[in-house]
Amino acid sequence: MGALIVLAIIVVIALYVVGLYNGLIRLRNQVKNAWAQIEVQLKRRHDLIPNLIETVKGYMKHERETLESVTNARTAAMGAQTVGEKALAESALTGALGQLRVAVEAYPDLKASQNFLALQEELTSTENKISFSRQNYNDQVLMYNNKIQMFPSNIIAGMFNFKLEEFFEVEVPAEREVPKVDFGTKQ
Amino acid sequence: MWELIRLNRRKSILLFIGMGVTLVLLGYFIGLYFDPVKGGVAGVVIALLITLILNLVSYFSGSKILLQMSNAKEVTPDVHPRLFNVVEEMKLAAHLPAMPKVYIINSEAPNAFATGRDPENAVIAVTAGLLAQMNRDELQGVVAHETGHIINRDIRFLTYAGIMLGVIVLLSQMFTRTMFYSSVGRSRSDSGKGQGQIIILAVAILLAILAPIFAQLLYFAISRKREYLADATAARLTRYPEGLASALEKIASSTQDLETANKVTAPMYIVNPLKGKGMRMSDLTSTHPPISERIRILRSMSGGANFRNYQEAFSSVRGTGSPIIPGSGMADTETIGLRTGLTESGAEFDKRQYNRELGDIMKTVDDYRFIQCDCGIKLKIPPLFSSDRVECPKCGTIHSL
Repeated sequence: MGALIVLAIIVVIALYVVGLYNGLIRLRNQVKNAWAQIEVQLKRRHDLIPNLIETVKGYMKHERETLESVTNARTAAMGAQTVGEKALAESALTGALGQLRVAVEAYPDLKASQNFLALQEELTSTENKISFSRQNYNDQVLMYNNKIQMFPSNIIAGMFNFKLEEFFEVEVPAEREVPKVDFGTKQ
Repeated sequence: MWELIRLNRRKSILLFIGMGVTLVLLGYFIGLYFDPVKGGVAGVVIALLITLILNLVSYFSGSKILLQMSNAKEVTPDVHPRLFNVVEEMKLAAHLPAMPKVYIINSEAPNAFATGRDPENAVIAVTAGLLAQMNRDELQGVVAHETGHIINRDIRFLTYAGIMLGVIVLLSQMFTRTMFYSSVGRSRSDSGKGQGQIIILAVAILLAILAPIFAQLLYFAISRKREYLADATAARLTRYPEGLASALEKIASSTQDLETANKVTAPMYIVNPLKGKGMRMSDLTSTHPPISERIRILRSMSGGANFRNYQEAFSSVRGTGSPIIPGSGMADTETIGLRTGLTESGAEFDKRQYNRELGDIMKTVDDYRFIQCDCGIKLKIPPLFSSDRVECPKCGTIHSL
């Protein structure tokens, strides 16, 4: 009888461990999946840039520096390896593209070109998609990291070598701060 | 997060149950009137059976019927790339399991609705007028509002409530008409029956008169509440309440009626498509909250874009403390910063440009082909054009199709 109880306890513990382990695996896969979604969008943005440069080059004779900085930022972003590096490089690319957008304002012909408008739409949308996928990715990372650090799942995580994942943080001041806009006066 | 919102909507469910109880009572007393012994149960069974059958039909082909009624056409991304981009953005933001199907309605009245029985089979339909009038941020706001209906499971909810309302109205009308036409013949034989029968008759008549009114008020209450919740969801998804606010403003200032909308489909749209009817402010029989109020609430969201911020804005605009966001939404403490709007050039409204754009969208939806001629003219080839060559009317260049 005693042996049976011990056996039952062991079985219950084993099942519990299996449950925790599977939970961690599921969370890690969700993180991977969320990351894959971001990568699709990042790649899309990298693919759009050569087209964009080609389109605007004909119109923008005096903006070589701006164009070069976009190209360089793109090369740097494509070479980045870890999540942290990528986040940094992509922020730089966003900044460079922002400058290009400002420069475009001086070229009305370019702004009216169908080709440019279509590219601009694609680029804006890709940036939005990156931003929305990033929220999802960071949510998943938070859940996964919490699980890894909290008792008792931290024991299992240590045993099977589950590692903390990095957040995809962007350093764009406008995105992180709440702008003080008073809509009330606009009416 | 979104899952919680869905589960915790006690008030809506209470309204829903209220309609169900009304339906059952109506069925019971009408049945009882026709057969005092077993009629009550039979009446309830018949009422529920009709509801069940209609619900099954709507579950399997409801959105198809609705889309056909509204004359909406499914389109591919190349018809309007921006619309598809915006829908995909919202799909990512709301974690929808699948990309919603996109439909365009060829009408100049700016409006939009969502349908589909669950997020896996969602459909978003917008009018050509909406596409031509809205800038990117406004279009995103509208699509986010519709996405809000999808993730809050409003579509199925509203459809079921609408069907219950329909059955209640149907039963009441059938009963009152039967009573009216048979009253002369029956009155003689009725005299033999007891007092109980008269009481049942009175209750049945009273119910038949009051039930449809009561059910309609409940239905409209549900519908209005859902609109606020979808607005709040849109603000949270886009982090830019101003986009939706200014879209609503444009839609409100439009004077066109959507020809293909009717009383049944009206609650599905982002803004009531039937402008002439019942648009009194805070009218009890209105399916939508007053637009001016929705805009004011969105514009008062200054601290951030989460549900708590919307609730605060709602309370300050309405001057009441009544909750519009379910408890689980209020637990949403994550700070969602507002983002700044896109600066778009050419903000001035150009009627000619608008008409051309509107025409182009409608023609694309209707399978026209476009050829850009070197002389600057855009040739628009109708789908029934049979020749394989076309001549440019301005410069005479021959284009092959």
